[in-house]
Amino acid sequence: MMEGSRHGILTCDRGGPAQPLLSVRDLTRHFGGRRAWIGAKVGERRGAVRAVDGVSFDVAKGETLGIVGESGCGKSTLARLITQIIAADAGEVIFDGEAVGTSALDLSAYRREVQMVFQDSYASLNPRLTVEETVAFGPRVHGLARRDAIDRAHDLISRVGLDPTRFAARYPHELSGGQRQRVNIARALALQPRLLILDEAVSALDKSIEAQVLNLLVDLKDEFGLTYMFISHDLNVVRFMSDRVMVMYLGKVAELGAADVILANPRHPYTMALLASMPSMDPDRRTTEAPLSGDPPNPIDPPSGCRFHTRCKFATPVCAQTAPALAEVGPAHRAACLMAAPGSAHPQAPPGAAVAA
Amino acid sequence: MSGGAPIVEVEGLTVDFVGGAKPLRAVDGVDLTLRPGEVLALLGESGSGKSVTLRALMRLLPERRAVIAGKVRVDGHDVRALSKSDLTAYRGRTIAMIYQEPGIALDPVYRVGDQIAEAVMRHEGASRREARTRALELFERVRIPSAARRLDNYAHEMSGGMRQRAMIALALACRPKVLLADEPTTALDATVQIQVLLLLRELQRELGLAVIFVTHDIGVATEIADRIAVMYAGRIVETGACRDIIRTPAHPYTGGLLASRAGGAQAKGGRLAAIPGVPPDLSNLPPGCAFAPRCKQVQPVCEQAVPAEASIGHDHRARCVLLSAGSAAGQREVFGETT
Repeated sequence: MMEGSRHGILTCDRGGPAQPLLSVRDLTRHFGGRRAWIGAKVGERRGAVRAVDGVSFDVAKGETLGIVGESGCGKSTLARLITQIIAADAGEVIFDGEAVGTSALDLSAYRREVQMVFQDSYASLNPRLTVEETVAFGPRVHGLARRDAIDRAHDLISRVGLDPTRFAARYPHELSGGQRQRVNIARALALQPRLLILDEAVSALDKSIEAQVLNLLVDLKDEFGLTYMFISHDLNVVRFMSDRVMVMYLGKVAELGAADVILANPRHPYTMALLASMPSMDPDRRTTEAPLSGDPPNPIDPPSGCRFHTRCKFATPVCAQTAPALAEVGPAHRAACLMAAPGSAHPQAPPGAAVAA
Repeated sequence: MSGGAPIVEVEGLTVDFVGGAKPLRAVDGVDLTLRPGEVLALLGESGSGKSVTLRALMRLLPERRAVIAGKVRVDGHDVRALSKSDLTAYRGRTIAMIYQEPGIALDPVYRVGDQIAEAVMRHEGASRREARTRALELFERVRIPSAARRLDNYAHEMSGGMRQRAMIALALACRPKVLLADEPTTALDATVQIQVLLLLRELQRELGLAVIFVTHDIGVATEIADRIAVMYAGRIVETGACRDIIRTPAHPYTGGLLASRAGGAQAKGGRLAAIPGVPPDLSNLPPGCAFAPRCKQVQPVCEQAVPAEASIGHDHRARCVLLSAGSAAGQREVFGETT
């Protein structure tokens, strides 16, 4: 039914299932600070917030990649860089084999393929547009006739679980938080994207509503063959949604791998601490000791070497000097920790030849 | 852990907000008792009345717009009858409150140490020097690193976790007996949240505080509470020991909340056992059980009158007609899967 209503908006799989839908290479974005004009580091910003600092990963077609981390780790900046809401300082985003922003894939074509749902369901809707106008807006901008755009909007509104006859003419303030988030999801789907970035999309919802929206997201993924990037601070929700998980800390990737592997057998001390910080659900086995002390450091002046070394209980002097690269620690499982890097100077590192970081 | 006469007694507390377009009942007949040294978690979603209940205990609700009925006694004071000057003494020395956003609760233009010292001077008549010493002790007690230097910080110069610790220090400045906590860890990162929860648990034990802890997170309630009271649409629908609520929930809403949690037993990619529907409009509550429109086990009688409180076990009560019918076996069958 949606196939028939594509109306010239073409979405085609270019590289086949083996080619990643999204490849991110060395993506970097620093905010603020002053650019150096002279010296060895010309162009580099000093005193800047290093929000995303050399992040690389792939998202396979049809998978859900969960991204977890605390505030300031760069997960939301990463989402905004990928959607090109903000420009990157360095690095590239490759969508199904085509570099984004080139003649092969210009921004307007790219934005039909990648859409985003934000945390604040109210702030992300225009208060002066009805639900129907909100959902039809994107298709209209991209050249769909008004009548067809409205038809598509009604179809999507019903697919996200709202009755178009009751909700199409309502304004955002007439909806509950869960209903507004459903409208945001419908709007994101209106251009028939292939990648949906969900940035804390269920975090502001009440628990009983959160479960409904998570179920909806699972259903829509199957129905439309979508790929998700699911950003959340809630490990329980990430465990439920994700095939693979990427853990970020202060603008860098700490660990990346299959969800069931990472959450059951984490290799990076930060992932371990994050898991151990989750409140216990057993009143007889409460947490007795906080896994980490203090707050995450300020990303303006991140610690040298491994950025986690100031809070890590396994840290040795070498951790303050050497920044660990993401190293293979298992099948499709990588961690950026000197304890996992063969031949690093960390006493707990596996033996082997040193690999250049 | 708990003993002696109750320090907080609330009976039939009802709060109506008037003056808006439609009057609405935010809290409807809440009964609470809390003994010294006991931690009670008020668990509920937005609009369930948990924060309004806390504010009624502090008498922070706007007098003209909030019509309060019922009995509220804290440490021998009839809170509703307190005069303005008694209220000033009551707040801070008998009862104190910490909030979700320390950035808003702390004054941005005064140094944090001065705010604490001011409270001590005002309530205890201490000299400035004594008050500063007290503030330093408190900062050390809540484990703020380099406490002496941090006293001279403004709120914006502290990180989120440290601000929350500073607010706890401020709340404890005048040695209150009852601490009210309104989602104090919700805005914090996971690794910081657990630190603050452990700190609160430690302070509560050492100072023998009675704590009412409002949260929407069952996990947080499990970490901190001796007893849990589950609120829905202004009413307490179930109350009992933390263990009983988590392991053998009696009310369908509590059972539904536990069953719908992601990350429980269900496999990835499966479906969550979500509670259908949305919470009711507080200005237009159904005459019967407020949860009935969303309840899987709804019966005609549910829609007629608000169910009476039924006792299920030791200090474990719930408002559900299935329980008043007295079929404990039926309940176990219904919620067997969540335990």
